[in-house]
Amino acid sequence: MQLKMALAGNPNAGKTTLFNQLTGSRQHVGNYPGITVDHKEGLLHYEDQTIVITDLPGTYSMTAYSAEELVARDYLVYNRPQVVINIVDASNLERNLYLTCQLLELGAPLVVALNMMDVAEARGIEINAAVLARHLQVPVVPIIARSGFGKDALLSAALQVASNNPQWKPLNISYGDDLDSTLVQLIETITSESLMTETYHSRYTAIKYLENDEQIQAKGREISPKTAKLLEQLVDKTAEHTNRTLDVYPEAIIADHRYGYIKSLLRQGVVTRKFDADRLYTSDKIDKVLTNRLVGPVFMLAILFALYQFTFSWSEMPVSWLENAFKWLGNLVEARLPDGVLKSLIISGIIDGVGGVFGFIPLIMFMFFGIAILEDSGYLARVAFMMDRIFRIFGLHGSSVMPFIVSGGIAGGCAVPGVMATRTLRSPKERMATLLTVPFMNCGAKLPVLALLIGTFFGENKAKYMFFFTMLAWIVAMLAAKLLRSTVLRGVPTPFVMELPPYRFPTIRGLFIHTWERTYQYMKKAGTVILGISILLWAMMTYPGLPEEVTASFDQKHQAAMAAAPPEIAAELKNKNGLLSDAAKNLNATITSINNEKAETALRQSIAGKIGTSMEPISRLAGFDWRTDIALVGGFAAKEVIVSTLGTAYSMGQVNTTDSQSLSDHLKADNNWNRVVAVAALVFIMFYSPCFVTLVCIAKEASWKWAGFSMAFNTIIAYLLAVAVFQIGTFFNLG
Amino acid sequence: MNNICLRQMQKNQHGIIKAISVAGELGRRLREMGLIPGTRIKVCGRAPLHDPVAIRILDSTITLRNNEADHILVEVE
Repeated sequence: MQLKMALAGNPNAGKTTLFNQLTGSRQHVGNYPGITVDHKEGLLHYEDQTIVITDLPGTYSMTAYSAEELVARDYLVYNRPQVVINIVDASNLERNLYLTCQLLELGAPLVVALNMMDVAEARGIEINAAVLARHLQVPVVPIIARSGFGKDALLSAALQVASNNPQWKPLNISYGDDLDSTLVQLIETITSESLMTETYHSRYTAIKYLENDEQIQAKGREISPKTAKLLEQLVDKTAEHTNRTLDVYPEAIIADHRYGYIKSLLRQGVVTRKFDADRLYTSDKIDKVLTNRLVGPVFMLAILFALYQFTFSWSEMPVSWLENAFKWLGNLVEARLPDGVLKSLIISGIIDGVGGVFGFIPLIMFMFFGIAILEDSGYLARVAFMMDRIFRIFGLHGSSVMPFIVSGGIAGGCAVPGVMATRTLRSPKERMATLLTVPFMNCGAKLPVLALLIGTFFGENKAKYMFFFTMLAWIVAMLAAKLLRSTVLRGVPTPFVMELPPYRFPTIRGLFIHTWERTYQYMKKAGTVILGISILLWAMMTYPGLPEEVTASFDQKHQAAMAAAPPEIAAELKNKNGLLSDAAKNLNATITSINNEKAETALRQSIAGKIGTSMEPISRLAGFDWRTDIALVGGFAAKEVIVSTLGTAYSMGQVNTTDSQSLSDHLKADNNWNRVVAVAALVFIMFYSPCFVTLVCIAKEASWKWAGFSMAFNTIIAYLLAVAVFQIGTFFNLG
Repeated sequence: MNNICLRQMQKNQHGIIKAISVAGELGRRLREMGLIPGTRIKVCGRAPLHDPVAIRILDSTITLRNNEADHILVEVE
């Protein structure tokens, strides 16, 4: 028989460490439907028993305010695990027992894992587990999750509890005369009407009513509006009474009594302290420097810059290996298959598309590894603490800084890991605003376009303009966030109240598990959708193709050119042996330009080309002709495609993304381009729709609706800015 | 003995929470972090721009924004 266990506890109490310790790599991470709370499950064999452990999200309490808390509570109530292991930080016992108290009130069969006994000891806190167990009336097992100490004792205690097949028996705490008498009335009504009694104990429902729990109230109204109304009236009356006489709400009184219960319990010989409570520990000493008002920000900049360097320069090599592997695969197909649609589909549609996704993998692994270090060590919370004042102005949260930097806050990042990094934010609206604005940053794929246009039109001040455009990205992103937070994402800021956990050395095992599970999620999620979209984009750039007579006329031109040349020159070019003579080179140039012209015509005839051409009247306002439009449509697949598509559109054949000197010369000579158009194009490229890999990530982190919104919102903003730049610039004749 | 708002407390100053006058999500968040009347707190420091503030309570360090600290009345020593 399989045994169901759940792991509950405060954030930072060592829950994940214990989970990893118990299950090793036999874990499965999924998502709860519709929300981005991870659902982690692991398998474990102990004494011939197969145990399934669910790692519930870390919470401080069991109310209905956040998605994490709802998930934890609903899991316990609906899945009824045989044992709940409540992990408790021994060095912070009082606060941690607040959750324990609520688990006991829910009635769950509990085993308390008293974690970080070593830390508590170092801090001069001595805890008598036996006394605590006697008072709580549940087993209490001292453990050290990092080292695995106490793991077996914990499991056998849990099995012991499970073998007794315990009933759910809620703990009764007194909440003072006023509330207790109301509770009696509430319980009476709930029991006589059997309101949700098959799910919750009637006393629990009554307490939740007094606590103003929205989820329970909504359910009550749904099941029996009449009973719900009766209960709500009782609660309102009591609330009005306590508010008048004591100036507090019932929820606050309940919390006070829970803490009172814990305090009285701890006073009965559970905890003895050797040191004064104000003693400074190592962690506090580190904070004296790292969060110092003067040098703290300097350290922060250095640390974030180091993370950035680590992510983007160390991943360079594995990324290029993967790119080469896909290039090799492409060449293999190129050599083996006959020319035609199938070949083009496999190379440009499938291999390039899938290669694009997999190319990100090393980047994502390195980024998550770096973030895991910052997160597990406790530093990320300090970054949020120091940056919050600035980000709050724009309706964001201190924790938003990380995704922005990863996405290209220092030019050259990538929005894909940036969007995924928003998971560290726990405030839903702030998280959404961050998620939607990080694609404005200058990612690595935008850099070749930036370099091309800046180099062409502002060659003398390249560094200065690069810096200017990085700053511009920040400003636009912040203002866009502010705009979103005052319109579609309007709402009061989520409370910032947050714990600064003591600094800890991350465990290697934890870091690897963390990194792997997030990378795997990316592969699974992005990989499945991207193939389809990539083929679709390929089809748009290829179909309907050139009409036969046009192809024939290009072929004729080709043949005519070959025929016009002396036969020995044509033969020399066909055989392509060694160095060509000047005449053969000339012929080659003619042929190439015919081929390029053919490619340009084909592109213009394709669906993407038609879209681009049909947009010309609109894009003219921003100074773009149809060639730029087609390149921008192509840039939707991946921003690095912009340069090469622009090359094809200008009949220049394959333009090398990193060495685009010829294209640069061409643009400089073209009448359609000048400095104003260049700036308008730069602004548009920086801010228009995120590439589709990013969009898929947004869809997976939020929803397809938000991905669609992001596409439209960013494109509109980019267009308005580009039009403004072009119109104003042209008016003042700055070109 | 006098009661002041948490926002006005100096760095390293101690005090005992007298009252927390806020309902809803913020009130609950504060309570679950151990901020309830009768608890001793100490101001550890403030962020570079003076906001948020970090306080020591029970055995942990908690940070909150100044406008959240406004709801907390403290009796300082």
